[in-house]
Amino acid sequence: MAETWRGFWVVSYRELLRFVGDRARVVSSFAMPILFLVIFGAGFSKTIGTMAPGVNYIQFMFPGIIGMTVLTNSLFSGISVVADKEFGFLKEILVAPISRSGIVLGKAAGGSAVALIQALVLLILAPFLGVSLSVSMVLSLIPVVIVLSLGLSGLGILIASFMQSQQGFQLIIQVLIFPLIFLAGVFFPTNNVPTWMEIISKINPLTYGVDAIRHIFLGNAPGLGVTVFGHTTTLGLEVTLVAALSVVLLGAAMLAFNRQS
Amino acid sequence: MAGMIEVKDLARHFGGIQAVKGVSFEVPEGEIFGFLGPNGAGKTTTINMLCTLLQPSDGTARVNGFDVVRQRSDVRRSIGLVFQQSTLDEELSAERNLRFHAYAYGVPSDVRDQRIHDLLEMVELWDRRKSSVKTFSGGMKRRLELARGLLHHPRVLFLDEPTLGLDPQTRRHIWDYLSLLREREHLTIFLTTHYMDEAENCGRIAVIDHGTIIAIDTPDGHKRAIGGDLVVLSAKDNAAAAKEVSERYGAEAVEVDGQVRFHVRSGEEFLPDFVRQFSQPILSIGLRRPTLEDVFLHLTGHEIRDAELDAKEQLLQEMRRW
Repeated sequence: MAETWRGFWVVSYRELLRFVGDRARVVSSFAMPILFLVIFGAGFSKTIGTMAPGVNYIQFMFPGIIGMTVLTNSLFSGISVVADKEFGFLKEILVAPISRSGIVLGKAAGGSAVALIQALVLLILAPFLGVSLSVSMVLSLIPVVIVLSLGLSGLGILIASFMQSQQGFQLIIQVLIFPLIFLAGVFFPTNNVPTWMEIISKINPLTYGVDAIRHIFLGNAPGLGVTVFGHTTTLGLEVTLVAALSVVLLGAAMLAFNRQS
Repeated sequence: MAGMIEVKDLARHFGGIQAVKGVSFEVPEGEIFGFLGPNGAGKTTTINMLCTLLQPSDGTARVNGFDVVRQRSDVRRSIGLVFQQSTLDEELSAERNLRFHAYAYGVPSDVRDQRIHDLLEMVELWDRRKSSVKTFSGGMKRRLELARGLLHHPRVLFLDEPTLGLDPQTRRHIWDYLSLLREREHLTIFLTTHYMDEAENCGRIAVIDHGTIIAIDTPDGHKRAIGGDLVVLSAKDNAAAAKEVSERYGAEAVEVDGQVRFHVRSGEEFLPDFVRQFSQPILSIGLRRPTLEDVFLHLTGHEIRDAELDAKEQLLQEMRRW
């Protein structure tokens, strides 16, 4: 137990150190969401008008962009596993008296912390976009982002365990990220789309993560929540679903990570 | 007392390929023990098993009294490692690398900073402690890895080709540290090398080839075993010369690289008579004390640098990289 704990904190500490030290990553990870907010927001606002009573397009999209940022950062955090493999540092970690599960949890926690920081920094934009924000919203956002990003970081580590090069990893993640984002209700609700798209969107677990975040910002705005078989999902159900998925992904990541070497 | 490292019938195969075929040896505390052999001989595989990175297929090994399979964590805490390839975090500073290691090994906080300071002083990197590792030369990195491997007060230090690719001055330096450590901290050192001159620094040397230990002895013992001084001669007709040496002096003469080599008890007294009495025209003749290179040649029938990797061994090397 002590070895899992020590592995957990020493590895997550390093992930954070590396993130802070990597200025290019800090800057570039903010560029994407801001670009989407500015371009899509400006482009669609006039055309689309209101999404639901009292909700304009930017207010609709903003929680989705937070979800997108969490997804991107969490998945990409797995790259440090591949980088450590390439530069040999993984060996230093593997021979230390710390447990493998602790290493995976530490990596996931590091990725999760980075994703959370990004999400919170994005909140600074809220007042400028006309998105209302309260302390209780932020307080409920934090656990949701943590649960979501832990699982997605797990997925990143899972993929990284099979990869030998950073380029290969980046390629796979790029291929994965775009359909996940576009079919998760980030930019449009998943209810009034063609059936094939609706089915894929409702299988995509990220949909429920995004919707959970949207619930926090917009409450139960009519017509926006994800409906499955005629039932509109609740925040509680969505968080439970995402948490269950995260447990599965982290478990799979531990198995895959243990298998190597 | 029992050995610091005790290995019995240790074996490892990858698929159908036998990388290590059942080796046994014991290393007492405070000894510098060397594994000498060509690439692909099974040195790295053995080290990886001893430091718990690789599961043995068969046999047992104990380090500091702990079993490498059942008591992994105790083994890991007892050993320091310096690998062939760098395992530093290039983005972090020298000091941060050491600090990470101290945390990971649970070095108590009251001794941590002092220990980091002392070791960085020892490897002469204290002035560069704030620089990120990617600005370091190969020699500096190796010195930093050595410092890191010692940080948690290991009882045994494993060095896999510790001076590979370093300039002679840095190699000299690293050996100075190692001798110092052995005296001061009574450290047991296990190293692999294929540099002959380096192997001379060891207390005992195991010669390994094709996954098997061929002989274990002190450097002098190895040299004695091959039977005295080495005579190297080249004649107009080497084959005839070798035949005459064998017949007249009963020495085992071998032809290598266009030269005839054989061993005699005391070369200085032997040579004048030999030259006077030999019937074949001699082009050149030399006498030298045997080196470990000669030992290796004598034991395996081939020179260490000639032990080319065949396809099988190359595959093994690939696999060893994960």
